[in-house]
Amino acid sequence: MNNNGKIISSNGTEMFSPPSNTLLPTRDAGKVPVLDVRGLGIDFGGLRAVDDFTITVGPTEIAGLIGPNGAGKTTVFNLLTNVYKPTRGAILLDGKSTSGKTVDQVNKMGIARTFQNIRLFNKMTVLDNVRVGLHNHTDCNFAESFLRLPAYFKAERKSSEKAMELLSIFDMENEAYTLAGNLPYGAQRRLEIIRALATSPKLLLLDEPAAGMNPSETAALMESIRKIRDTFHIAILLIEHDMNLVMNVCEGIAVLNFGKIIAKGSPEQIKSNEAVIEAYLGHHDEEEE
Amino acid sequence: MTLFLETIIQGISLGSIYALIALGYTMVYGIAKMLNFAHGDIIMVGAYVIYTSVTMATLPAWIGVIISIIFCSALGITIEFLAYKPLRGAPSLNVLITAIGVSYFLQNLALLIFGGNQKAVPVPNMSFLNIKLGSTLSISGETVFTILVTVVLMIALTLFINKTKLGKAMRAVSEDRDAAQLMGINVNRTITVTFAIGSALAAFASLCYGMNYAYIKPTTGSMPGIKAFTAAVFGGIGSISGAMFGGFLMGIFEKLASAYISTQLTDTIVFGVLMIMLVVRPTGLLGKKLNEKV
Amino acid sequence: MEKKLKNLKFNKSDAITLGILVAIFGFFFVMVFTGAASNQMKSMIIPISYNIILAISLNLMVGFLGELSLGHAAFMSVGAYTGAFFSVKLVEAFPGLPIWVYFPLAMLVGGIAAAIAGIIIAIPALRLRGDYLAILTLAFGEIIRNIITNMPILGAAIGFDTGSITPKIAKAQTLLPFAAAAVLITTILILNFVRSKHGRAITAIRDNRIAAEASGINVKFYRMSVFAISAFFAGIAGVMYSHSQTLLKASTFDYNMSIEILVIVVLGGMGNMSGSVIASIIMYMLPEILRDFDSYRMLIYSVLLIGIMLFTSAPKLKNFREKFTFDNIKGIVIDRLKKSKKGGTKNE
Repeated sequence: MNNNGKIISSNGTEMFSPPSNTLLPTRDAGKVPVLDVRGLGIDFGGLRAVDDFTITVGPTEIAGLIGPNGAGKTTVFNLLTNVYKPTRGAILLDGKSTSGKTVDQVNKMGIARTFQNIRLFNKMTVLDNVRVGLHNHTDCNFAESFLRLPAYFKAERKSSEKAMELLSIFDMENEAYTLAGNLPYGAQRRLEIIRALATSPKLLLLDEPAAGMNPSETAALMESIRKIRDTFHIAILLIEHDMNLVMNVCEGIAVLNFGKIIAKGSPEQIKSNEAVIEAYLGHHDEEEE
Repeated sequence: MTLFLETIIQGISLGSIYALIALGYTMVYGIAKMLNFAHGDIIMVGAYVIYTSVTMATLPAWIGVIISIIFCSALGITIEFLAYKPLRGAPSLNVLITAIGVSYFLQNLALLIFGGNQKAVPVPNMSFLNIKLGSTLSISGETVFTILVTVVLMIALTLFINKTKLGKAMRAVSEDRDAAQLMGINVNRTITVTFAIGSALAAFASLCYGMNYAYIKPTTGSMPGIKAFTAAVFGGIGSISGAMFGGFLMGIFEKLASAYISTQLTDTIVFGVLMIMLVVRPTGLLGKKLNEKV
Repeated sequence: MEKKLKNLKFNKSDAITLGILVAIFGFFFVMVFTGAASNQMKSMIIPISYNIILAISLNLMVGFLGELSLGHAAFMSVGAYTGAFFSVKLVEAFPGLPIWVYFPLAMLVGGIAAAIAGIIIAIPALRLRGDYLAILTLAFGEIIRNIITNMPILGAAIGFDTGSITPKIAKAQTLLPFAAAAVLITTILILNFVRSKHGRAITAIRDNRIAAEASGINVKFYRMSVFAISAFFAGIAGVMYSHSQTLLKASTFDYNMSIEILVIVVLGGMGNMSGSVIASIIMYMLPEILRDFDSYRMLIYSVLLIGIMLFTSAPKLKNFREKFTFDNIKGIVIDRLKKSKKGGTKNE
């Protein structure tokens, strides 16, 4: 079923290769990838934290980025969102380079993310957290806000309704007026995803969405991830240690070890890949897949 | 040329005071990770203690100095215990506001006890240390003493930090508090010791201040305090040698600005440089770059 | 779903804030214009007014943006001097110009000048946070004060004579309407701003800067805006001050004044606008009411500052605080009442 999803071990020559190595070409074959990363790398001091990172993600693909602890996965997310300036390489979002953009501009271009250690606006209500996500889709300038002109009320109503709508998709409308900091852990993770979705991204980056969840919560999360893709028609790239989740949800997987991609392909291909097995089992046997 | 040399010597002398204060800032900032805004006011307290014990209780000046050092250490420990320790783990904004409150408290308490008029600080006579260089240039005993005290204290502090167990504990806590705790270091005690040492250094600074400026007011400590904090930032916060270096540089710079540019606008120039320094190199000349974890 | 959306037009705590202001200024109007006000009360009106403006504008910075500015008095002084200079020159050019012409204009001019000062300090401030930012604003305040003290055109160290623009007779009657209008307008504008998407953006930056940035908020832009807005209103407060004094001295606007404003904000609760209003009023009424209080005033403020910080944010007191929140106490009282109504019918 994966006709050209062959495993390619990374090397420098791939840098300007056509997007033939799309993680999952079946659904999005022939379409312009939403994310096209070429030869991305960053050095911290003398250390090559990430090197020659090249992937493409299709417009409605669910892709996974896995690898042992310290492999550089979160660093990749920080590079994709311009929190870190890459030392080498290029990031194209929908064909447009994100180089030189600030973090908020990258979000406006269409990349939203969640964080490994949850980062909510704890002293704001759940609803307001989502409305912060709607910031750039709320039309109300300074004068309209200061003077409460009609545009202010229109914008406020619209953003409240939209936020409520998003909350109800994830069954969180009853918590709308709770302070985000008072939510239980699982709900906080969900709220972070909703807030990210509120920014209307083309690509959603999830950093260990299942961390700290029990199996039933993880199962619900898997459903949510598919639902997000099907409802919002966006691409998702996730970092996760829960192999069950990754293998079930992701259509394409890239494996990172010591800052380099050691394998790319479908879940089946990854499962049987020698280099991957060695990266995981070579050190210790904490992962069961 | 004489003017220039005199200015430099004055600058080193003032810089010594800044350096002593900056050491306290840098140690507390490095170890307790907070800006102890009240540190500058400890100098004022120290000077008033000398004033009380010598002028009012008619004790010998040297005894007054010793009492001042002990009193300041105890005060530092008390402040840390009452105001800062309960806030460990609280947002830094709230800790900073508390420290401002403590600074304000000390100033106003001094104002209530001693009044707003300036008082002469009775300091030991240092004229036996006077040095004559050539026919026009001479260095006063006070200046010689100030510089000597600072250099000796700095060497002692460096030895303490590098050679003693407690000093190593301080370095460990400054590097990584949690890890230090896991290694069995008593973090609370280490922080208490840091405050005690920092405040004792401030007492030395108040002695030197009294020698060079003779008079004190309840607000005396705040400006040198802020400039010394800048000196600490200048040299790289958390670094002992950086604080010394920054302090001397700051003192010399201030004296040069006042002698050659404008006496009235000295503060503008000094604070202007402070602002530029904070913005251009907030990690200081000798400091390490800190990366924010995302 | 619709029923769950709260009313957007009116926020309860904002209504309380405005209610307090209307009540207090209504009271001032009645007292001043019926002649019932004592001289002491008349002398309090303007300080209370500019302190309310100073407190809510600083609260925007400290309580909402979460950054400590120790240069608020400097913004106030920029407004005070610019506004006064503007009025003095205007009155010089057009002798006999009524105060209702030059005073509002001076407020605008002073506000804009202060806002420019705010932007100037915001440029370097954008690169700093927390302790360093506080020191930067403090240094900026000292520079402003030092520069004004050395400007002959502003009277240098002797002071700037504002006798020609300050009402000589019926000062309270003349200034009260302007003060009331300025306070109400400032409060309404800042409250409106805080309850908009911009206010949410600022609070988001306070709660988690990195997440705010990742959510598409231009952090630099908002931090600069808050500096400008906060300084603008502090400037207006300064103009009010300078038009009620006959002599302006730069030494008034020192670091201690910035601290006093901070005390008001902390006393009233960071992020709580009605708290700022109430605290401004109390802090200026108390010394007038309690004799001998003045000499202990600063000491008490400093103890309050420390005490409030310890109480509200000491991690060890967290459980205690949660137990005694207003809602909990209300809940406990209601429970008690219910139980006592039911009498002994229910055994638990």
